[in-house]
Amino acid sequence: MTDTAQPTQSHLDTVDVATSNPDREQPWADLGLKSDEYAEIREILGRRPTSSELAMYSVMWSEHCSYKSSKVHLRQFGEKMTDEMRAHLMVGIGENAGVVDIGDGYAVTFKVESHNHPSYVEPYQGAATGVGGIVRDILAMGARPVAVMDPLRFGPLDAPDTHRVLPGIVAGVGGYGNCLGLPNIGGEAVFDPTYAGNPLVNALCVGVMRHEQLHLAKASGAGNQVILYGARTGGDGIGGVSVLASETFDETGPAKRPSVQVGDPFMEKLLIECTLEIFAEDLVVGIQDLGGAGLSCATSELASAGDGGMHVWLDRVPLRDSSLAPEEILMSESQERMMAVVEPANVERFLAICEKWDVDATVVGEVNDSGRLTIEWHGQTVVDVPPRSVAHDGPTYQRPFARPDEQDTLQADVAETLDRPKTGDELKATLLQLVGSPNLCDKSWITDQYDRYVQGNTVLAQPEDSGMVRVDESSNLGVAVSTDCNGRFARLDPYTGAQLALAESFRNVATTGARPLAVSDCLNFGSPEDPAVMWQFAEAARGLADGCQALGIPVTGGNVSLYNQTGETAILPTPVVAVLGVIDDVTRRTPAGFVAPGQQIYLLGATREELSGSEWAHVVHGHLGGLPPRVDLAAEKALGDILVNASRDGLIDAAHDVSDGGLAQALVEACLLGARKQGIGARVWLPDDLEPFVALFSESAGRAIVAVPRSEEVRFTDMCTARGFAHARIGVTDGEGDDAVLDVQDQFSVTLGELRATWSATLPAAFA
Amino acid sequence: MKVGVVTFPGSLDDVDARRAVTVAGGEPVPLWHGDHDLRGVDAVVLPGGFSYGDYLRCGAISRFSPVMTEVVAAAGTGLPVLGICNGFQILCESHLLPGALIRNDHQKFVCRDQRLRIENNRTAWTSAYDADAEVTVVLKNGEGSYVADEDTLDRLEGEGRVVARYLDVNPNGSLRDIAGITNERGNVVGLMPHPEHAVEDLTGPGTDGLGFFTSVLRSLVG
Repeated sequence: MTDTAQPTQSHLDTVDVATSNPDREQPWADLGLKSDEYAEIREILGRRPTSSELAMYSVMWSEHCSYKSSKVHLRQFGEKMTDEMRAHLMVGIGENAGVVDIGDGYAVTFKVESHNHPSYVEPYQGAATGVGGIVRDILAMGARPVAVMDPLRFGPLDAPDTHRVLPGIVAGVGGYGNCLGLPNIGGEAVFDPTYAGNPLVNALCVGVMRHEQLHLAKASGAGNQVILYGARTGGDGIGGVSVLASETFDETGPAKRPSVQVGDPFMEKLLIECTLEIFAEDLVVGIQDLGGAGLSCATSELASAGDGGMHVWLDRVPLRDSSLAPEEILMSESQERMMAVVEPANVERFLAICEKWDVDATVVGEVNDSGRLTIEWHGQTVVDVPPRSVAHDGPTYQRPFARPDEQDTLQADVAETLDRPKTGDELKATLLQLVGSPNLCDKSWITDQYDRYVQGNTVLAQPEDSGMVRVDESSNLGVAVSTDCNGRFARLDPYTGAQLALAESFRNVATTGARPLAVSDCLNFGSPEDPAVMWQFAEAARGLADGCQALGIPVTGGNVSLYNQTGETAILPTPVVAVLGVIDDVTRRTPAGFVAPGQQIYLLGATREELSGSEWAHVVHGHLGGLPPRVDLAAEKALGDILVNASRDGLIDAAHDVSDGGLAQALVEACLLGARKQGIGARVWLPDDLEPFVALFSESAGRAIVAVPRSEEVRFTDMCTARGFAHARIGVTDGEGDDAVLDVQDQFSVTLGELRATWSATLPAAFA
Repeated sequence: MKVGVVTFPGSLDDVDARRAVTVAGGEPVPLWHGDHDLRGVDAVVLPGGFSYGDYLRCGAISRFSPVMTEVVAAAGTGLPVLGICNGFQILCESHLLPGALIRNDHQKFVCRDQRLRIENNRTAWTSAYDADAEVTVVLKNGEGSYVADEDTLDRLEGEGRVVARYLDVNPNGSLRDIAGITNERGNVVGLMPHPEHAVEDLTGPGTDGLGFFTSVLRSLVG
């Protein structure tokens, strides 16, 4: 094959052809456009679109790229922002990723994004390219990527399809991230029947830069050159656009490629190093990565955000497959590509750095002041559009939404009335059943497939409450990130559920000693065409926006993934919330595991009888109903302050969030992770005013356990008292190793050996 | 003392290896795979990673990098060379060390804190350890299963050239639990685990890995 093969020019659908043949039938419906959307495109252009233009509009106006169903709800993230929330925000929603100031001249950018549907079709490549895409988003902001995390959701652990998708997804996340040299410092793995035909693969990346290195996706300055660099463009990820190609060409075209993209992490690693070297020499005016919608997205977004127009010579794009039609080149989602806008004087140096890293780079376009995005193919114009109409002024829908009647029935069916264990033996059996259950068990079968050490700055990683990396070796400045969401709570009440996800993520960051600073979210829901699902979405977005306002931290960016359902069954509403925090001195970080025997264990926060939506109701009774735990964001903020200050002042040696599985699970994990995972035992007594079962298994929010050295006990309790925050001494750490016990006074005693065996057996047995 | 750390396209732990040299008290010198120049360094580390994406075979392409011509020649005259993980694979592909590293027996990438026994503390890279010292360092690899024919294995054992052996768990199916080996002269060491990730308490499972780097600095002084 050669690069110079040209398609039959007489079949090319140029702007001239579109003007002279205005009534040609076009497959807009097959491309996912609605009739009124197609009519609007004709209105914008004053003629029918060429097939290349139709390809661009169809993909850029898709739900995935345009947020047309969700953006009316997402606006409130900006509208509800206060000055307090803006204080650290350098770049907000709308760019590739948000950027926050963490002090000392450093900025951090982070974002979480979904790659759900591709990962169901082709688990390994879907997950791998999900990591690749979010890493390029971070890189495009000017930052060095420093860590990744991956919140995952699967069907039941024993479902056959889970055994198809989970190993592939985990291997894909690891295969790509490990090869890039990015530590994977956390994430989630949650199992629920609603994800059986629709697993969720969300990927998060964190990047670090100096303030002056910030770059934005815009094409400014007439005469500046547009350079496409990275991998060659192939036929992968073309998906639906092939109907255009087959319409345009009479001869039998190339075999259709799979619509899931194929990743090459080695190329991405070269792209990262090459791009960072280019940034260091300040050679770019604007930059954009190529992800979903490929060149259509990059060219139209760069031109739309700039101050003029852009002309592109599409036939200069280096191809892996010379038979690709222009529509396919515009739509291709081939991975590991970037587009940069470069002043003419810097082009030579830019190309030289690319050559050093063996990265292909080609000048494919030029910025001009035409106000139009024009694309030519071998001398003929195939695209001539106002770029804003493609990239930013797509359709907006006010989708109908309504609280479904069955929500009342669901909320009335509470878990608090279910049969509960009463005796010490029953409580112990329940504890072991929960500890070994898929959502609470040890996840190291998964996380041991990820490199958590590379780059040498990982301070905390899974299964700690949040992942933490050192940003500056001399000052020990660092950042911590956690992702959380309990979809069952969101199902019971999406507004509260979203706030609970935010609260848990906020708490997990504070637990490790970092001050929460910013939020990114990945909102995974079912079909927006179902008013009940749209109601879930609207409520979750409202809850999250209100919650962020109450906590004083902004949403900096994120992603919406809709149509996550199998047939008529939508997934649990899953608004995954990532909170990023900053810590001035990472040597002050607080680990989740107990560090030594003889320390006082305190429970912070109030415990209520809140069992609906709990892990206990799910595992023991297969029950989902009632109302989720109450959320009190003022209390969360107070708890966060206590945890951060106690860490800074050295008052606590360990801290662990109390959430899924309640106090019982929190204690088990603090024991098993204790003293470098060799185990530290605990003797615990429960408060007199609560039934032991409720004390152990309720999932009331706003709680954490901490271990306080005796020497600091008075200072610590004085701090809690001064702030009026509920705190109770519930035990003492005692004994080391597997023979040590978790003893709950007057109820039961269990060795760490038995707990560890139960906790760690589940996943290896399932995937043996 | 200058310790060169080679960056190949796809090297990942080069920054970590340079940090480890610094922590040990040496001066790290970045070397580029495309250069025919060792810049006067006193020792060389080939770091971990996925050079050339592990395409074709781990280390098979990097072995032909211009800098490897210099490394092979210098190793022949006694320059201390440590290959970690992908670096070990490159040393085997370059025939500086015998045997090969193949896919883990369980077919998965594995990252864990691994206990090792240092079985030979007479090499340029292990002299700071006590005989039979037991240490914990990071292990992370997808293709870390050491294999060689029986005669080679017997010879390695007989000549005391097994530098480190896995304890508790054999994480990748390596024959005879071999984690690292050396050449006859003891200046070239290949190691599958990552001592450069165990030089700071803050970011690793302890500081047991530091000895590899202090050893070479000491041997250079001595």
